[in-house]
Amino acid sequence: MFNKILIANRGEIACRVIKTARKMGIATVAVYSEADRHALHVAMADEAVHIGPPPANQSYIVIDRIMQAIRDTGAEAVHPGYGFLSENPKFADALEQAGVAFVGPPKGAIEAMGDKITSKKIAKEAGVNTVPGYMGLIEDADEAVKIAQEIGYPVMIKASAGGGGKGMRIAWTDEEAREGFQSSKNEAASSFGDDRIFIEKFVTQPRHIEIQVLADQHGNAIYLNERECSIQRRNQKVVEEAPSPFLDAETRKAMGEQACALAKAVDYASAGTVEFIVDGDKNFYFLEMNTRLQVEHPVTELITGVDLVEQMIRVANGEKLSLTQDDIGIGGWAIENRLYAEDPYRGFLPSIGRLTRYRPPQEQAAGPLRDSGKWMDEAPAADTAVRNDTGVYEGGEISMYYDPMIAKLCTWGHTREEALEGMRVALDSFEVEGIGHNLPFLSAVMDHPRFIRGDITTAFIAEEYPEGFDGVDLGADALRRIAAACAAMNRVAEIRRTRVSGRMDNHERRVGEDWNVSLQGHSFDLTVAAEKGGATVTFSDGLVHHVTGDWTPGDQLAHVHIDGKPLVMKVGKIVHGFRIRSRGADLRVHVRTPRQAELAALMPEKQAADTSKMLLCPMPGMIVKIHVDAGQEVQEGQALCTVEAMKMENILRAERKATVSQINAGPGDSLAVDDVIMEFE
Amino acid sequence: MKDILHELERRRDMARMGGGQKRIDSQHGKGKLTARERIELLLDEGSFEEFDMFVAHRCTDFGMEQSRPYGDGVVTGWGTINGRMVYVFSQDFTVFGGSLSETHAQKICKIMDMAMQNGAPVIGLNDSGGARIQEGVASLAGYADVFQRNIEASGVIPQISVIMGPCAGGAVYSPAMTDFIFMVKDTSYMFVTGPDVVKTVTNEVVTAEELGGATTHTRKSSVADGAFENDVEALAEVRRLVDFLPLNNREKPPVRPFFDDPDRLESSLDTLIPDHPNTPYDMKELILKVADEGDFYEIQEDHAKNIVTGFIRLEGQTVGVVANQPMVLAGCLDIDSSKKAARFVRFCDCFEIPILTFVDVPGFLPGTGQEYGGVIKHGAKLLFAYGEATVPKVTVITRKAYGGAYDVMASKHLRGDFNYAWPTAEIAVMGAKGATEILYRSELGDAEKIAARTQEYEDRFANPFVAAEKGFIDEVIQPRSTRRRVSRAFASLRNKKLSNPWKKHDNIPL
Repeated sequence: MFNKILIANRGEIACRVIKTARKMGIATVAVYSEADRHALHVAMADEAVHIGPPPANQSYIVIDRIMQAIRDTGAEAVHPGYGFLSENPKFADALEQAGVAFVGPPKGAIEAMGDKITSKKIAKEAGVNTVPGYMGLIEDADEAVKIAQEIGYPVMIKASAGGGGKGMRIAWTDEEAREGFQSSKNEAASSFGDDRIFIEKFVTQPRHIEIQVLADQHGNAIYLNERECSIQRRNQKVVEEAPSPFLDAETRKAMGEQACALAKAVDYASAGTVEFIVDGDKNFYFLEMNTRLQVEHPVTELITGVDLVEQMIRVANGEKLSLTQDDIGIGGWAIENRLYAEDPYRGFLPSIGRLTRYRPPQEQAAGPLRDSGKWMDEAPAADTAVRNDTGVYEGGEISMYYDPMIAKLCTWGHTREEALEGMRVALDSFEVEGIGHNLPFLSAVMDHPRFIRGDITTAFIAEEYPEGFDGVDLGADALRRIAAACAAMNRVAEIRRTRVSGRMDNHERRVGEDWNVSLQGHSFDLTVAAEKGGATVTFSDGLVHHVTGDWTPGDQLAHVHIDGKPLVMKVGKIVHGFRIRSRGADLRVHVRTPRQAELAALMPEKQAADTSKMLLCPMPGMIVKIHVDAGQEVQEGQALCTVEAMKMENILRAERKATVSQINAGPGDSLAVDDVIMEFE
Repeated sequence: MKDILHELERRRDMARMGGGQKRIDSQHGKGKLTARERIELLLDEGSFEEFDMFVAHRCTDFGMEQSRPYGDGVVTGWGTINGRMVYVFSQDFTVFGGSLSETHAQKICKIMDMAMQNGAPVIGLNDSGGARIQEGVASLAGYADVFQRNIEASGVIPQISVIMGPCAGGAVYSPAMTDFIFMVKDTSYMFVTGPDVVKTVTNEVVTAEELGGATTHTRKSSVADGAFENDVEALAEVRRLVDFLPLNNREKPPVRPFFDDPDRLESSLDTLIPDHPNTPYDMKELILKVADEGDFYEIQEDHAKNIVTGFIRLEGQTVGVVANQPMVLAGCLDIDSSKKAARFVRFCDCFEIPILTFVDVPGFLPGTGQEYGGVIKHGAKLLFAYGEATVPKVTVITRKAYGGAYDVMASKHLRGDFNYAWPTAEIAVMGAKGATEILYRSELGDAEKIAARTQEYEDRFANPFVAAEKGFIDEVIQPRSTRRRVSRAFASLRNKKLSNPWKKHDNIPL
C-alpha cells in the first residue's frame, strides 16, 4: 500500500479523502492556493504545499504545480477528488510518466468518456441506450441553431468537457440556442480551457438516475446501485438519495449491467458513475460517464457500507476487488442535501464572505456504513445516521474563486421516511451565518408533498418554484407549536429581566400569564403557566401544548419538545419577540402582553422603498457586458447585463417591458449586492 | 360618601381622556400613541403612579380661561422598569398640541426634583408643538426652569429623551442636554427653526423630515442616538437601555443573571484578522462574540460609523464598548468619531460603567476638511475623556495602533488598567511603508532597497512585542480567549478606586 498520498483538490472532498487515507494509515499531502491558506483541508492533512494564486487556472488545475508538489513531498499516489484535474487525461499521463499512481481510471477511459461525443458512440457500441443528438463539433452559433432545429426543440447545449452544470444551457427557441451556444462556449473556455460544444435532444419529464460502478485493473466490475439525483437547479444537483424511490429491481439490474458493460468496454478501473436519464415509463438513456468520485457518493456508501475512496485507493494500488456483485445490497435509505453558499431569496445567486457562524448538526453513525466499520469519523452510534462532509469551519472564508458548495449533509434511516425526518431535524439544527445559503430551501424541499411522495423529475425545482424561492408558509399546526415554544421562551427571558439588581424591594415586576403571540399573519391569545422543565401553553380556543426544553436567553438554537415531539429552531432576538427559523420558514414572532398587542396593532405598516424601476446587482461580481443602451426599449425577458460571479456568467433580464433611462455601470466594474446597474423610466 | 368617591373617579376619567376622543383618534391616525398609552408601554404593567393629574393652566389671555383641561398637556409620575424606579413625563399632544405652559413646566420640574432627590432616571417622552404662545414669557421661563434641572441632573441621574412627535424651537434644548435622545422614524422631528422660517431667512426649501427627521439626526447631525420604527418599538428599546444603566451616579451599574460562560472560547476569532493588512473586517463580530449572549445595545449606530459605541454585559454586568470599525474609513479617528466616542466615554465615566476598548486604528484622517473643522480640538476630546475616566478600563489592540491615535485609544499611558494585544497587533508610529519613506528618503529611488527597508520595519514593529517589552502592553493574548481574558480583567477591577485631583470641574476642549 502507498505510504503517502497527495490530494489534488480542496474543500470538502479533500477533507473526505484525507479521512479515509488516515484510516488506512496513509500519510496525506494537501495542496492549496493563496485563498485556501487557512482552509480546513490544509489543517487536516499531514503536509500541505502552496501551489499558487487563488484562481484555479493558476493553481489547482495547473498540472506542473501539482507535479512539483508531488516531487517535493514524495507522494506515491494522487487522489484528484472531483472537478479540477480529476478527468484530465493529460494529468493522468503526467502522473504515469512520473511513476505516481493516479487514484482514478486509466487515461484511456478518461479520454473515451471525457468527450461527450465519443462517449456516446462507445456507449452505443457497448449496448447502452442513448439519447438522440448531434455528435459532431459545432462551429458557430448559426450552425448550433440549424442543428437544434434538426433535432427539434427543446435541446440541450453542453460543453463537451463540462460537468456539474457548468457550460450547459437548455434552449427552446432559436434565439435561446444562439445565446446559449455563446455563453456555454465562453464558460467552457474559462472553466475547462476547452470550448467545444455539442447539442442533443432534451428529454422531457426526465429523472436523473445514475449508477455507481466500481472496477479493478483485473477486469472485474460491479455496480453499487443507483442514486436518484433529480432535484436539480440549473442542472446542478441539490438533493440526492439512494436508492431511487422510482426504480424497480428489474430496471436497476438492467441499468447496472449496462453500466458495467460500459465500464468494461473502456477498461475502466476505479470508482465511476454512469448517468442516465429515465423517463416516466422507466426507459433509460445514457447521459454520460463521470470517471471520478462523484460529489454525491456518500449516499451510496451509507446504504452499501462500502467506503468508495478506500476502494479507489486499493484499485489504484493494483488490488483485486474483494467485493462481488452479490456482496452489494441496499440497506436502508440515505439522503444527501447539498449546502450551497447561494442565497435562495436572491434567485440562488452566489454569496461570499466570512462564516461568522458555522455549526453543523452533531454527526451520528448508523446503518451499513457503521456496521461494516467503514464510518470515517468518530461519531456516536445511533439508530439513524447524520453525516456532514464539509470543507469549511466557523471563522473561515467563502471566497469567490471556487464552487459555492460548502457541505454535504447526509442522513440515513431504515426507511425513506426515517431518513427524511432525520434530514429535517438536521437541517433545522444546522447553523450558518455570515453568508447567504440554501438551508431554508432544502428544508422546503424536504417538506414538499411531491418530494415526500417521490414524485420528482429534473424539472421539480423549476416547476415548483417558478418564481424562485421566497420562504415557506407554515401550516396552522406548525405555527401553533412555534407560538407555544416562543411563549415559553419569552417567559424565561422576561423573568430573567426582572432579576436585575437595583430593583425596589417588594415592588418587583411580576411576569403575567396572559400573552399574545403573532407570527406569519396569525395572532394567538394564550396563557403560559410554568411547570417542571418548561411551560404549559393554553390557547384561547382550548388547545394545550406542553413545552419542555432547556433554552436560556442567548441560545441561538432551541431544542424543545412540544408534547414530547422535538422542535428545533434557530432563535434570534427582535423587539418584543424572536426571529425564528425552522422548517424553511423565517418568522418574526412577536410575544406581547394583550395590552402591548392592542397598542402595537395601532402602528402603521411601513412600506419598503420602491426599487421596481431599477436593476440591482443581485450578487457581488463583475460586469462582463451591458447588452442595452440608455433610451432603448426592452422586452420582458430580454438580456440586460451579464454579471460574472463565482466563474458563472449570470444574465440579468428585464422583468417587464420598459425603457432604459440610465446606465450606471460598465464592463469591468466590480459591484456589490444591490448596487444599481441601470434605471428604467 | 360613595358619591364623593365616585366624583374622584369621574374626574380621573376626565383627566385620562386628555384632549378628548376625537384628538386621540387623530393621534392614532398619525401612527402615534397617546401620552398615557406610551407610559403604559414604557413602564411595568400597573406600576405607574401619577402626579398632578388635576393640574390646569392659569392663563387668562386670549380666551384661555374657557378651556382648562386636567393635566395641562403633560402626564407625569413614576413607575418601574423591570422593578427599578424611573420618573417619567409624557407630553400629551391631544391637549393644546402638547404645548408647554408655566404649569406644564412645573409638573416636569416636580418629577425631576424628585428624581434627583431619590436617585432615579428621568425619561421624557416629547410630543409638543412648542411654547404655549398665549402664555408668552411665562412659558419661556418654564423651559428655562426645565433646562436648569437638566443641567444639574447631568451626571447625577441618567436622563433619556424620546422624541415622538414635533420638538421645535426652545423645546429642543431640554432633550439636547439629556444623555440620550431617541427618535421615532417618520413621526418625529426636531429643529431650532422650522422649514417656514428657514425659507424666509435663507431661501432654502426643505421639508420637516429633511430638516430634522430621524434620518437627519441619526446620520448627519448626530443629535439623536438612535431611531426606531414606531412608538411601540421605541419604548421597548428604551426599556432595554434602562436595563443597562445604573439608577444614579452613586450606584454600581446593574447586574443580572446571565446564561453565558465567561470562559467561552471563540475559535473563529483567530481568523477574524484578514491576511492582508488593508483588508477590512467587521469589528462588531468581535463585540458580539465577546458580549454575554451576543447582546449589544449600540449607541449612534448610523453616525460616524468608523467608531462603534454601545453597551454589552460581561458576567451580567454592564460594560461600555468603544471600538474602531475597520469597515468604515479604515477605522480612522476623525472629528465625528472622536466626538461620538468622547461623549460615550464620559457618559460611562459619569455612571461608573467600565469601559472596554477594541483598537484597530490607522491614525487620524488627514485633510483640510478635518483641519479646518478643528480635528485637533475634537480629537483631543476623546483623549481627554479617556484620560480623565476613572472607571475600570480594559483595552484590546486587534491590529493597527498607529501614531497619536494609539495614545488616544485608551492606551496604558492614559491609565489603562489592562492593555491587551492580539498577536496580530501592530503598534508603531505609522505603517511600515510610510515610516520607511520618511526614514530612508534618500533611498526612495531604489525600489529594491526600499522594499528591504519596509520589510525590516515591519519585522521590527508590525507586532505587539516591542510594546510588550516596554510594558505598554500587559499581555499578548490569543484572539479566541478574548472573552475570558476581558471578563477576568473586569472582575479583578470591581473594587477599583481612583480619583482625579479636586477641581470645580475640568475644562475639556469643547
